[in-house]
Amino acid sequence: MPVFSYLAHPVEGAKDKLMNEVKECDHCEVIPADNEDILIILTDTPDDDAEKKLWKKLTNLKSMRSLDMIFGHAGEDARKNIKKG
Amino acid sequence: MDITRRKFIKSAAVNSAIATAVALFPGISFSAWTNKEGASGQILWEKTPCRFCGTGCGLLVGVSGDRAVAVKGDPNCSVNKGLCCVKGYHSIQALYGKDRLTKAMVRKNGKLVTVPVKEALDVIANKMQETIKKHGKDSVAMYGSGQWTIPDGYAASKLFKGCIGTNNVEANARLCMASAVVGFLTSFGKDEPMGCYDDIDHADVFITWGNNMAEMHPVLFSRMLARRKKRKDIRIIDLATRMTRSGQAADKAIIFNPQTDLAIANAICYEIVRNDRVNWDFVKKHCSFHKGKTGIGYGIEDHFKFKDKAQNSSFQEFKTFLKDYTPEKVAKISGVSAMDIKYLASVYGDPDKKVTSFWCMGMNQHTRGTWINNLVYNIHLLTGKISTPGNSPFSLTGQPSACGTVREVGTLTHKLPFGVVMKEKAREKAAKIWKVPVKNIDPKPSYHTVEMFRALDRGDIRFMWVQVTNPMVTIPNLKRYRDGAQKKDRFLVVSDVYPTPTTDVADVILPAAMWIEREGFYGNSERRTQHFEQILPAQGDSICDTWQIIEVARRMGFEKQFPWKQETYIKDIWNEYIQFHDYPAHRMAPYNLLKERSGVQWPFVNGKETKWRFNAKYDPACEQKGFDFYGKPDRKAWIWLRPYEPAAESPDREYPFWLNTGRVLEHWHTGSMTRRIPILHGSMPAAYVELNPDDAADLGIVNNSKVKITSRRGSIVMIASINGRGRPPRGMVFVPFFDEKYLINEVTLDAFCPMSKQPDYKKCAVKIERV
Ligand code: SF4
Repeated sequence: MPVFSYLAHPVEGAKDKLMNEVKECDHCEVIPADNEDILIILTDTPDDDAEKKLWKKLTNLKSMRSLDMIFGHAGEDARKNIKKG
Repeated sequence: MDITRRKFIKSAAVNSAIATAVALFPGISFSAWTNKEGASGQILWEKTPCRFCGTGCGLLVGVSGDRAVAVKGDPNCSVNKGLCCVKGYHSIQALYGKDRLTKAMVRKNGKLVTVPVKEALDVIANKMQETIKKHGKDSVAMYGSGQWTIPDGYAASKLFKGCIGTNNVEANARLCMASAVVGFLTSFGKDEPMGCYDDIDHADVFITWGNNMAEMHPVLFSRMLARRKKRKDIRIIDLATRMTRSGQAADKAIIFNPQTDLAIANAICYEIVRNDRVNWDFVKKHCSFHKGKTGIGYGIEDHFKFKDKAQNSSFQEFKTFLKDYTPEKVAKISGVSAMDIKYLASVYGDPDKKVTSFWCMGMNQHTRGTWINNLVYNIHLLTGKISTPGNSPFSLTGQPSACGTVREVGTLTHKLPFGVVMKEKAREKAAKIWKVPVKNIDPKPSYHTVEMFRALDRGDIRFMWVQVTNPMVTIPNLKRYRDGAQKKDRFLVVSDVYPTPTTDVADVILPAAMWIEREGFYGNSERRTQHFEQILPAQGDSICDTWQIIEVARRMGFEKQFPWKQETYIKDIWNEYIQFHDYPAHRMAPYNLLKERSGVQWPFVNGKETKWRFNAKYDPACEQKGFDFYGKPDRKAWIWLRPYEPAAESPDREYPFWLNTGRVLEHWHTGSMTRRIPILHGSMPAAYVELNPDDAADLGIVNNSKVKITSRRGSIVMIASINGRGRPPRGMVFVPFFDEKYLINEVTLDAFCPMSKQPDYKKCAVKIERV
């Protein structure tokens, strides 16, 4: 059950459009900055697959210039093999 | 997942994003976010310093039941004022990696097997006693850490120096802060910065010397950016050997050839003198001039010895000495234009500008680390820009308690909690507080870190106990020392929270309680002591590092010196320890106050913290009006004549590249904790070698090509990164050391500053081949 937060940068002049597009995506909350062209997106998906799909959808939005992941609680399964050998 | 926990994770996720946005856009607001956390009353928020870097941010950890579930910046902590970096926000996840060490292990017939902790402690005590009997007291050693809590280091020092009677106590802070210490002692006679982070709120210009603060001290860097955002005339100048995120964010980035910072600092002084920008009133009253030995070597050979000899000098002699460092001459060796050198001198020399210089590993991990520290102090002293808000030569620490534990407790071979082992008065004081005969404390220092691992290889040391550090990743010229540690008749005890290349070669592994699973104190870069409670239960059989030492000490017959009860031992140790610092220049805050506050800065006198030292307006230890550099017998700050000398190993025909090593934002040191945090590991999963794009093109290397890096000591194959996060100049490659899959220290050189004994991880010669 991953929870992620992102900073989303809209293409120029498309902050409201981006906000509306993100609002239409499932498992998303959006918090716009009052005084800068930036949005916080909070995702709360049921599993890794849904998270990946959502991420793809968000990054493909036309009004999205870039999406920076800030925080992630991915659950234990996301741990990869990090040891030598 | 529990709904309350989930809600708090979401809250933490949004808070992290807000904090990051604030760092990028100071003044930004999100009125749509109404934070409802805490309303349920089911989460308890407990204060603690961050587990990771030496910035020492205050955190609030949200605890639900027995588990930490969320983190936010502590708004009451003046260090970070509620802000955190990505490591801080994710820090609690480092507690819950699947492979946490929770059982003690002892090597039997070549294999590590699980045993009860009591058995492991018996083995350690018996083995130490047996080794001492057979090979003498100097055959056993303790190697600790700037991530040791203050009680850990204090207990180690008391056991080894006071009870066993050997000065074989060192800590990994030797690898990161020793040059800063000797720099302070030689220039001011007292260790640790005169200023504090409040300098950021007062300075007009920030000059960073070889210090990628955007990644290594991100919260302080954000504070600098926030200041610049508020006032248009604030400038950040990054002086570095490679282009980094700090350089990209700076107003001006100046790239210099490795090691030539020595010449640049002298050239800045030359210009200040030439243009009569010297603050004569300050210099005449508060500075004296000195010179030391030159051509001092590099410590590459075993048993290397060096002792500097200070001689008095004069302003006139200093002026003559500087003639070798005209901007035009220095431009030739440094690669920095004479115009840029003059610009730097004009900034430092402008009487209307407050200047703060920051540095960390670039200046300290340097074969002339002590000298370059002295030289940057020279600039601030000549201009009188010191010990006043915003005017600060500021040496930052890397680790959360390099200052608190290693420098203040004195867990280095020559140090005691007060003074040095060579001084009779210091030994007497320690013996009295420790309740040991004064003859127990050896007046001769033994091995500094590199020499300690050489001694282990040679067999002069047979037993070593490592706590809270990972030397089998971090020691330079690593192969020699790893082979040495595995020789027959060597015995290695390792206390840690996760398996590492160091636990791989251990004979005994003790599982350690991590950070807030025990009570402790850290001390950060700005003389701030930070207490944390035990917030969570220790996992499995793990026990606190301090208690491990107490248990072993008692088994060795030192019950009288280690009498404390498990319920109160941290408080009891604190109360014993602060007796060493009970004088105005270093008095520490009492236990109860530290428990209440998010850190207290020493000297703490008459209920007041000290923000700026050596200035009577702020520092209770001053005995004269204005400035009082009371650390030196002449009550003056010392300006040193220190020349430029080349690095221990420079590129040549066979090995034509500089190798520079360091850290990245996402990972803490060797990554043993942060690589177990999924999100940090995911965003920086593997180490790489950064190349200059033109060098890469010449060698036919593209992004993600395999590249072989070879030095005279070893070689390593890794993936190329071109135009990635950092960009080295032509003729240099950079490799981060967080990834145990790529042991870059098999390639580095174990040369060190002869004065501080701190190795230089930033400079050796390598060749680069496409594989
Ligand atoms: S800047 Fe350092 S102390 Fe602060 S949150 Fe980041 S790692 Fe922790």
